[in-house]
Amino acid sequence: MKVVICAGPPTSGKTTVIKQVISRLQKKNINPCYLKIDVLFADEDLIISQEFRIPARKVYSQDLCPDHCNVIVLGDAIQWGEDIGSDIIIIETAGLCLRCSPYIENSLGIVVLEATSGMNLPRKIGPMLSLADVAVVTKIDLISQAEREVFRANIMEAASVSIIETDALHGINIDHIIRIIDRMDSYSAPSLLRGNPPVGTCTICVGKKEIGKEAHFGVLRPLESDIFYRGE
Amino acid sequence: MKIESITIQNGFGRDGQKDNFKEIKLNMCNIISIVGPTGSGKTTFINDIALFADKNTPSGRRILINNEIPSDEFMNNPSCNPISYITQHTNFLSDLSVKAFLETHIKIRNSGAIDIIMEKTLDFANQITGEPIIIWSKMTELSGGQTRALLIADAVIIGNSPIILLDEIENAGINRTKALELLRNYEKIFIFVTHDPRITLLSDYRLIMKKGAISKIIITSEEEKKAVQKISIVDDLLLELRNLLRSGEKISEKFITEQIQTI
Repeated sequence: MKVVICAGPPTSGKTTVIKQVISRLQKKNINPCYLKIDVLFADEDLIISQEFRIPARKVYSQDLCPDHCNVIVLGDAIQWGEDIGSDIIIIETAGLCLRCSPYIENSLGIVVLEATSGMNLPRKIGPMLSLADVAVVTKIDLISQAEREVFRANIMEAASVSIIETDALHGINIDHIIRIIDRMDSYSAPSLLRGNPPVGTCTICVGKKEIGKEAHFGVLRPLESDIFYRGE
Repeated sequence: MKIESITIQNGFGRDGQKDNFKEIKLNMCNIISIVGPTGSGKTTFINDIALFADKNTPSGRRILINNEIPSDEFMNNPSCNPISYITQHTNFLSDLSVKAFLETHIKIRNSGAIDIIMEKTLDFANQITGEPIIIWSKMTELSGGQTRALLIADAVIIGNSPIILLDEIENAGINRTKALELLRNYEKIFIFVTHDPRITLLSDYRLIMKKGAISKIIITSEEEKKAVQKISIVDDLLLELRNLLRSGEKISEKFITEQIQTI
């Protein structure tokens, strides 16, 4: 089975890209399954299972950081895909934390970016872009060719990834993604994370609401000096 | 790579009707216009060209460059892209300054010395727009006319591509006559999407679109070429009226009647 992990900022068009990919895979008699990892609400699993009649499910991370949730759940998810006999599992993440990336070895990491999101976006999203294999740029029909080219250059400056510019709504240039999926290797264990999602355990996470460094423990950062550690 | 021709192989319209041709081949220096009512598929047609469609767009058309399927390099490396495309979208979304944006684009298009190319680009743009562009402005702060002028200048000078696609160049405050005059100095293949009779009749031929497909191809006749000069007179009158109104003048019926009689 092949594993594709898809990340990207909210509303960038991840689901639209994935739908186009699924419909093309099905035309080639390849059976995909789909998992959505989200925080509080998602209905993409229902939409995709209804539209394509493929196994689709979701998991909510709720109080757990979605990127950490992703790490924990991936093992079971790949097992599930193998058990139901899928040829490929497509995992769509919520991708909210810009310090994290969900990609693992022996898989295809796709980041979906919208062309309309500002020229500096590629510099702002860190490992979600730099650890991906492919950057899919969506909504190219909404900007000028000149801007498209500058956006592409900014991505290339931030990461060495293949760039595919698409108008996913109309299915334009999706074939390039399919070609990459055709060429990729099947998943094999063990497969490690490509980057570590930084830890999110701190006094704020566990419910302290006071502001200011005096109220907290662990690694702290005052406005005027470097970070320091308070605690045992 | 020297670009000599671009070929469009037929596809389908919205209801599945075929384009009324098998293949259209444009050679260097050809000028063609795509015409038809709004929603007839004009923009889709030149999008196909800009994306080097290979039966992978909804229309199923295929584009060949020099009789061959274009290499991926054209799409992947902007400095190799033989096409510059000026879309109808007259808004820039880029949050960069004009200077920073042009500099980056000159670098990635590999168009030459940054200072010289930038000056040329701004000079071209300022000739066809009302107010001069200030290079420190944000791209998003430019007026509609300035944006369009800059897009055209960018495509022609920075893009410096042998094939230029222009989607409704006549829209939004630019000096159309001046723009056409400047464009004609360049040896390129021009494909215009237009509603403008003057631009249409200046072309070698025009493609008529209907429901997403090309329904007819008409070669501009000698008769039509003569008519263009007359159309220009009418066109210039309208431009003059616009300028009068813009500068706060009033217009009388008598004035218009006189003007029409002179024509």
